[in-house]
Amino acid sequence: MTATRERPEVSGPEHTQVAPVLRVSDLSVSYAPPRKGTHLGTGAALTAASLEVRPGEIVGIVGETGSGKTTLARATVGLVRPAAGRIELDGQDMGSLKGRALREFRRSGQVQLVFQDPLRSLDPDLTVAELVREPLDIAGTLSRAERDVRVAESLRLVGLEPESMLGRRPRQLSGGQRQRVSLARAISTHPKLLFCDEPVSALDVSNRNLVLSLLDRLRSELGLAVVIIAHDLSSLAGIADRVAVFYRSRVVEQGPIQDVLQRPAHPYTGLLTASAPSVAHVDRLRPEQLRPQPDARAWPSHGVCVFAPRCRFAHDACADQPAPVTLPGDREAACHVAGEWRTHLTTTKES
Amino acid sequence: MPDSVPGPVLSPVLEVTDLRVSVGDHLVAVHDVSFSIGRGESVGLVGESGSGKTLTCRSVLGLLPATGEVDHGRIVLGGTELTGATRRTWNEVRGTRLGAVFQDSASYLNPSLTVGHQLAEQLRVKRGLSRADAHRRAVELFTEVGLHDPEGVFHRYPHELSGGMQQRVLIAISVSCEPELLIADEATTALDVVIQAEILDLLGRLRETHGLALLLVTHDLAVVAETCERILVMYAGEIVESGTTEEVLARPRHPYTQALMGVATIGTWERRALEVIPGQPPSVGEDMPGCRFAPRCRFATSACTSGPVPLADLGGGRAARCARLDALEGALA
Ligand SMILES: Nc1ncnc2c1ncn2[C@@H]1O[C@H](COP(=O)(O)OP(=O)(O)OP(=O)(O)O)[C@@H](O)[C@H]1O
Ligand SMILES: Nc1ncnc2c1ncn2[C@@H]1O[C@H](COP(=O)(O)OP(=O)(O)O)[C@@H](O)[C@H]1O
Ligand code: SF4
Ligand code: SF4
Ligand SMILES: [Mg+2]
Ligand SMILES: [Mg+2]
Repeated sequence: MTATRERPEVSGPEHTQVAPVLRVSDLSVSYAPPRKGTHLGTGAALTAASLEVRPGEIVGIVGETGSGKTTLARATVGLVRPAAGRIELDGQDMGSLKGRALREFRRSGQVQLVFQDPLRSLDPDLTVAELVREPLDIAGTLSRAERDVRVAESLRLVGLEPESMLGRRPRQLSGGQRQRVSLARAISTHPKLLFCDEPVSALDVSNRNLVLSLLDRLRSELGLAVVIIAHDLSSLAGIADRVAVFYRSRVVEQGPIQDVLQRPAHPYTGLLTASAPSVAHVDRLRPEQLRPQPDARAWPSHGVCVFAPRCRFAHDACADQPAPVTLPGDREAACHVAGEWRTHLTTTKES
Repeated sequence: MPDSVPGPVLSPVLEVTDLRVSVGDHLVAVHDVSFSIGRGESVGLVGESGSGKTLTCRSVLGLLPATGEVDHGRIVLGGTELTGATRRTWNEVRGTRLGAVFQDSASYLNPSLTVGHQLAEQLRVKRGLSRADAHRRAVELFTEVGLHDPEGVFHRYPHELSGGMQQRVLIAISVSCEPELLIADEATTALDVVIQAEILDLLGRLRETHGLALLLVTHDLAVVAETCERILVMYAGEIVESGTTEEVLARPRHPYTQALMGVATIGTWERRALEVIPGQPPSVGEDMPGCRFAPRCRFATSACTSGPVPLADLGGGRAARCARLDALEGALA
C-alpha cells in the first residue's frame, strides 16, 4: 500500500530540523512597468513571499489565476530577477550567482520545471529518448553510455517501458503518458527540487491520480523535494504535506495541508475549501456563507488587505494589509482575524 | 431501433437521436448516441478524455472539425431541425438560442478587438441595446463572472488577459443573449475552484431566472454532482449509463460509472492512495464485438464480449449498457 510506506516525517517537531532544499524569504518580483495603454505588469507579481521546501516533502501552492504562482517558479530557476528578498537552494544564495555561475547552475539541472501542457512543452519532432536525454546533454556531465542508462532508468521510474517508448514522439502518446515523459525528462538529471506548474490540469481524473501517485512515489524513492502548483485543490489531495495559499501576489496562509484545509485560518482559504466540488456529501461551509454581503463597503484597490474586496469579514482594521502571523502547529496566516473569523460567521448567521 | 436514453418527454429544448460521428478516415468516434434535455434542465455529460464528449457537443453546435463528420442522426433544438442545417441557420441559432463555452476559450476571441467591444457588439447586434446600455450591461456581466476591475477588463485585448480571465469573458459573452441551452465543455476545468463554484452558481441562477438549460461536460463527476439534475456517462463513444444525479451517484449500475466515482474528487485532504482506472480507453475506430469497457472491467466475463450490449431501460429515467446488470445489481454502490 502506497499510503502506509515509510517516508520522511514532515509535520512533526523534527520537521524543522531537516535543512530545507529551497528557502525563499521575503521575495518580491515585479515585471517591467506597463506598456502604454495596457494594464499588464502593473503592481507586483509577488510580494514578500516566504516558503521552505525540505527533501522528500511535497508542498502545494494554490491560488487563483495571476496570483504569482508561476512567478515564484520562474524566480527560483533564475528566469526573473527578484526586486527584493532571497532565494537559497541547498543553503546557497541564488542572488549571488551571476553570469556564468548562474548559467552553470541552470545547466546542472538541480532544479527542474514541469509544465501543464506536455504537448506544448515537449518538442513534437523529438523522440522520447531524445526528450529525456536532452537535459543530460545540456548538463554534459555523463558519458554517452551513462546517459542511455539514465534515460532508461528515468522512464522506468515513471512507469513507462523504455523498449516500447524510446522511439515514439509526443503525438503518439496519450495525455497521461506525455506528462509522465515530462516527468522522466525532469528527473533524469537527479534534481534536488522539482517545480511542477499545473502538472495535472490538462489531464482527466484517472490520469491525474496516476501522475500524482507517481510524484508521491518519486519524492520518497529519490528524496526529491517537490512543489506542485495548482489552481485546484484536487490536484494536491492525498499527496501534499504542506500547502501555501496565494492571493494577489501574497502568501496569505501556509501550513500542514490537512490542518490548513480542514480548519482554514484565512478567509480566502475558507472560501477555497468551501468551493471545492465533491462526490461525497461532506458537511462543510457553503461558499455563499463566505462571500461578501450585498451591502458590503467598497474598498480602494491599494494599501488595504488584498482580500478585502472579496472578504465577508472585512472590517476597519483591514484598511492595512496584515503581515503573516505565526499560528500554533507550524502554520501562518496573513489576516487580522486569522483563525477567528469562524466566530464572526456564527454571529452573522444568528443575527 | 436506436438505443435511447429515457429523458423528460415534455417539449425538450434539445433532442439528439442516433447520432453517429466519425473522424479521419471513417473511424467512428461517437456511436449512435441519443439523449434529450428538457427546458431549464441541467444535464452532465461525463467520461474520461477521448470518450467523445466534445465531438457530441460540437455536432450539436454545427462546429465539427474539418476531419469530423456526422454520419447519421437527428438534432432538434426546441422544434428547429438542425440536422443538415445550412451554415446560415446555425449561425442564427448560435449565440442567440444556443450558447457554448469551451476549454480553449482564447481561440474563440478576436485577438484584434478589446474583449469589452466583443461583448458589447454582441449585445448591440443580437439584443438591440444602445451603445451606452451595451457598455453598462457588458461591465455588469464581467462583474457577474467574477472579473476583478470589470471596467478595466472591458478595454483589454484577449492576449492581455490570463487564461482564466479569457474563460470568464467567454462565459459572459455566451450567456449575454440568454440562450435556451448553454453547452459548457470543460468550461470551468481551467479555473480555480472559487471561480468555478461562482460560475456554476451563476449558471444555476440563470437557469432559475431565464429558464436556461445546461449541458455541462466534464471528466470529473464531482463537478456535476451538485450542479446537474441528470447525468449521462459516456465511454469510448457510447452512452453507458444515465439517470438522475442522485440515483447514479448513490447506486451506479455500470462498472465504468463506479470506476469514475473512484477517481472523482472527494473533497477530503488526508493522505491516501489515489485510485486510477487501469489501462487505457480503446483507440477511436477500434472494432470491438461486445462491451467496449470489457478490457478494463473487473467484472468482465465471456458473456460481455460475445455480442453487442444494448442500453437497457431500467425504468425511472435510468438506463445502463452492461451485460451483467442483474448479476451486478447492488454490487457496485
Ligand atoms: N511576462 C510578464 N510580463 C508582465 N506581467 C506578467 C508576466 N508574467 C506574469 N505577469 C503578471 O504577474 C502576475 C503573476 O503572474 P503569474 O504568471 O505568476 O500567475 P499564476 O499564479 O501562475 O497564474 P495562472 O494560474 O494563471 O498561471 C500577474 O498579474 C501577471 O499578469
Ligand atoms: N479532429 C479530430 N480528428 C481526428 N480525431 C479526433 C478529432 N477530434 C476528436 N478525435 C478523436 O475522437 C475521440 C473523441 O474525442 P473527443 O470528443 O474530443 O473526446 P472528449 O471530449 O470526451 O475528451 C478521441 O479519440 C479523439 O482522439
Ligand atoms: S485582514 Fe480583513 S479583509 Fe483581509 S482577509 Fe482578514 S478579515 Fe478579510
Ligand atoms: S458488460 Fe461486462 S465488461 Fe462490460 S461493463 Fe458490464 S460487466 Fe463489465
Ligand atoms: Mg501560472
Ligand atoms: Mg473534450
